[in-house]
Amino acid sequence: MKAAAFAYHRPDAVDEAVGLLAEYGDDAKVLAGGQSLVPMLAMRLTHFDNLIDISRINELVGIDLRDNEVRIGAATPHAFVGMDDEVAESVPLLTLATPYIGHFQIRTRGTLGGAIAHADPAAEYAAVALALDAQMEALSPRGARDIPANEFFTGLWENSMASDEILTAVRFPVWGARSGFAVEEFARRHGDFAIAGAAVAVELDEGAHVSRCGIGLLGLGSTPLRGTPAEQAVVGRPVADITAEEVGRLAISALTEIPADLQGSAAYRAKVGATMVARAWKSATAEASNA
Amino acid sequence: MHEWPVKVSVNGQPTEATVEPRVTLADYLRERCGLTGTHLGCEHGACGACTVLVDGQAMRSCLMFAVQADGCEVTTVEGVASSDGELSPVQDALRDCHGLQCGFCTPGFVMSITALLRDNPTPTDQEIREGLSGNFCRCTGYQGIINAVHRAAESQA
Repeated sequence: MKAAAFAYHRPDAVDEAVGLLAEYGDDAKVLAGGQSLVPMLAMRLTHFDNLIDISRINELVGIDLRDNEVRIGAATPHAFVGMDDEVAESVPLLTLATPYIGHFQIRTRGTLGGAIAHADPAAEYAAVALALDAQMEALSPRGARDIPANEFFTGLWENSMASDEILTAVRFPVWGARSGFAVEEFARRHGDFAIAGAAVAVELDEGAHVSRCGIGLLGLGSTPLRGTPAEQAVVGRPVADITAEEVGRLAISALTEIPADLQGSAAYRAKVGATMVARAWKSATAEASNA
Repeated sequence: MHEWPVKVSVNGQPTEATVEPRVTLADYLRERCGLTGTHLGCEHGACGACTVLVDGQAMRSCLMFAVQADGCEVTTVEGVASSDGELSPVQDALRDCHGLQCGFCTPGFVMSITALLRDNPTPTDQEIREGLSGNFCRCTGYQGIINAVHRAAESQA
């Protein structure tokens, strides 16, 4: 036992959880799978007087396809997402990203909403949410609102939800039939935090021009990021005219705060990041071209 | 801070206690149930020594509070061998293949391998390595452990 003392709350319904969060505000933290929060409590990197355990709220668990979107309840474990046939069919980028999240003993307990709300720069689902333009559903006593993925990640382990808001679900758009998806990640050991990685989604029109492109970057800033210059440079062009090297180079060209640590310098991470984007681009465009 | 009542079925036996919320499932098993087979290495989810099955799923018992296991079925390394003491195929294979030396990490490996082979009875070498990437061994080395997984898979085929 290494965590400092806290009071534990286990609401049975979302409304009850929202009420508790409103009551305790900044003195409370939502606990879902705990695979990031519990280590941080154990190392005393953080502390909250109150933990609100949402892992048993059934209405927060589940996967539904509706209106061309896949809606995943925030407390749905990674392992469920990774094994779900509907997800594999409609949002394959999630299926491809899941095996990179920690180890299988983490994925049995960690949740999709927890990983996204935690907002680690190396979080795979966060990069997927950015690449696909997902919508985050936040609930507070003031009601529900959608937050676009582009506006959700605001800093290291920080998101744009208010202290009384709870992430209840994430909606991932289903892309067109002629799409391809790929995730590439480099880490020293499988399951470690990525030194750098990329999630790439690409959609082609009938003439094999790129009609849509989303690139999520992992481990290349203080938040999960998008490779915006590359996305903008490829849309409208014939896919055959675009080299993977160009996409990789452009994807990292606007990054301003690439982290440097014992695992690698910023220059090294940038190079690995560009390579991961290039590899993912090759796989994704090959899939889209054959779709 | 308020203590919570907890009831957990451990290896088929009902257990209950009143605990501080910050008590991990691992500490509950070791200190309240006296089941010290579940080992604690890092206590922050990196080493895998504390892996147990919670409702059949392999999980880190250091990354779960005992209050979160309330009402769950937990299997620890003490619950893996048969009641007459005969080792499980996984335990047997670890012994035969020199898959342990000091044995500190072994309970976590036994639980991870047990879950791995249940869900995938004929894993490839790559699948075994990926499945065991979340467990650290610091003395024997991994080759004997990987050989043991192959051996256990063959013996259960």
